[in-house]
Amino acid sequence: MRPVLLLVLLAPLLAWGAAVSYRLDRSPHDPRDLVSLQAGTRTFVNYCLNCHGAQYMRYNRLVDIGLTEAQVRDNLILTGDKVGDTMKVALGAKEGKAWFGVAPPDLSVVARSRGADWLYTYLRTFYRDPKTWTGWNNAVFENAAMPHVLWTLQGQRFYDKEKHAWTQLSPGAQSTVEYDATVRDLVNFLVYVGEPNASSRRTIGIVVLFVLGVIFIFAYALKKEYWKDVH
Amino acid sequence: MASRLVALWDWFDARMPSVAEEWRKHAAEYYAPKNFNFWYYFGSLALLVLVIQIVSGIFLTMSYKPDASLAFGSVEYIMRDVPGGWLIRYIHSTGASAFFIVVYLHMFRALLYGSYRQPRELVWIFGVLIYLSLMGEAFFGYLLPWGQMSYWGAQVIVNLFGTVPFIGPDLALWIRGDYVISDATLNRFFAFHVIAIPLVLLGLVAAHILALHDVGSNNPDGIEIKKKKGPDGHPLDGIPFHPYYTVKDIVGAVVFLAIFCLVMFFTPEMGGYFLEYNNFIPADPLKTPQHIAPVWYFTPYYTILRAVPPLFNSQFPGVLAMGVATLILFFLPWLDRCPVKSIRYRGAYYKTALALFVVVFLVLGYLGTEPTTVWGQFGFDAFFLDTKDIATWAGRLCTVLYFLFFILMPWYTAIDKCKPEPERVT
Repeated sequence: MRPVLLLVLLAPLLAWGAAVSYRLDRSPHDPRDLVSLQAGTRTFVNYCLNCHGAQYMRYNRLVDIGLTEAQVRDNLILTGDKVGDTMKVALGAKEGKAWFGVAPPDLSVVARSRGADWLYTYLRTFYRDPKTWTGWNNAVFENAAMPHVLWTLQGQRFYDKEKHAWTQLSPGAQSTVEYDATVRDLVNFLVYVGEPNASSRRTIGIVVLFVLGVIFIFAYALKKEYWKDVH
Repeated sequence: MASRLVALWDWFDARMPSVAEEWRKHAAEYYAPKNFNFWYYFGSLALLVLVIQIVSGIFLTMSYKPDASLAFGSVEYIMRDVPGGWLIRYIHSTGASAFFIVVYLHMFRALLYGSYRQPRELVWIFGVLIYLSLMGEAFFGYLLPWGQMSYWGAQVIVNLFGTVPFIGPDLALWIRGDYVISDATLNRFFAFHVIAIPLVLLGLVAAHILALHDVGSNNPDGIEIKKKKGPDGHPLDGIPFHPYYTVKDIVGAVVFLAIFCLVMFFTPEMGGYFLEYNNFIPADPLKTPQHIAPVWYFTPYYTILRAVPPLFNSQFPGVLAMGVATLILFFLPWLDRCPVKSIRYRGAYYKTALALFVVVFLVLGYLGTEPTTVWGQFGFDAFFLDTKDIATWAGRLCTVLYFLFFILMPWYTAIDKCKPEPERVT
């Protein structure tokens, strides 16, 4: 009995390090940083929205992150959409499938399914790979259908899988630090779009907990009073 | 004003005296033992969660669309565009998990103090029926958001019925209403989730409480307070449920709601256990996720299912084991042969068995959330190793221990060295 139990308890340690996958970096995004959110929105609209939609997100909701409706209309709506419309994509699912082999997924809640760390790492680990038909591959998501859309910013890189080593083949428009910041802002935006109510949710939560705390004091006093005669 | 109200009440009471009568019977003159402890909060909390789920559910149906092409989007619509919709949705999703937490603790209380024992067998049986209905309710409800886990979880569970010999495939087809989980399935699951099962649940809850109030509540000492009555005919160790336990349960409810809100407002996904990350991907019948895990409250039974090896290429033995694992609960009142009810006066055997059972249940639950490769593989080979996954074997060991808790109960409870019970509650 004992050795078996011991084995059961120790088993998780044995399994350590068994799975080989790319180590995710911690995403440094800050949901309270409006400047970062606005920069992320710009990157999203300019680079992602051509193929990926955020079909549950309304443009005029972006007033949440400090933009005015006029700013949104003039700078961020590149299609004929109205400011109350959702961020739909012009690319149809059929064309998407024909061009990329798989329709580019909607990104409304991608941060909730993949997580910020995954997105932050994924968008920074594209590398040149002549074996794929796009010429790009990804260290986190092997054989991703998406080419490196941000490559003009990051430049071209090569990844040696065996040695886990990165080499810069050609420079991009941004330095590594700048590019990391661009991706951080984009991830920040995607996290925000995943749940636009998240910040008000936390604020309301604090108020509700405070109210419950006050009710608790009265409820507890009431109970004490009634139970005085029970022995 | 006050006299007007009294007059109005008298008018009402003269025409429908049963309201006052039921109030007396179930609250003002229902004598409950005075020594209820922490574990006795979970009954009233379960009732509270039931109300929370029904009310939040009603509001969700106002905006939800039970249509395979619209369901996922309608949930996001509720989360974004419906005023307060995100709150209602999180109340309902957090409430689902809270319901199971409360019910599991409520059932554990029964195991601690022998609340299922004579004369409360019917209370226990109605309780187990509530638990099974709740599993059905949760299963039907989980399909509705129409995410990947909704879809493939339902696919896996309906396929379990498909393993029943002879009638299986037809049975699965009949449940789904289609050859795969589809719009037809979503519509019928919606009907089951919002009306059929809730009606059954409400009826069972009523039966559970009526049966309890007929025989009276058990208590942490496991002795009958009705045996010692005062000159007024009321139990000496009993106090009226109202106001004593109503005011006490309000305190419990406030603390519970605070914990509930802590989760709901600050971590509604609860690390992927209350809302699974993969369920934020819309259902795709053509793309099977690598790892399909049911929601946490089903995982102990899911591990049992996976632990049992297939026989003649059929998973039916596992399905059977899973079914028996839940149905065996019905027999608990007759499996327990101990002369005392409460753990306070039981001997070392039952205490050990119960402690082990809790550990086994938690390990089964944990393993069900992970792939069978989670603990790696044995480094050696042997003829009896049909799989080298350590987690599968741990699951098997726990499955055996789970069943032994029940099967050996008549024996270890009979020979256990019990302490004498007190005359009055302590």
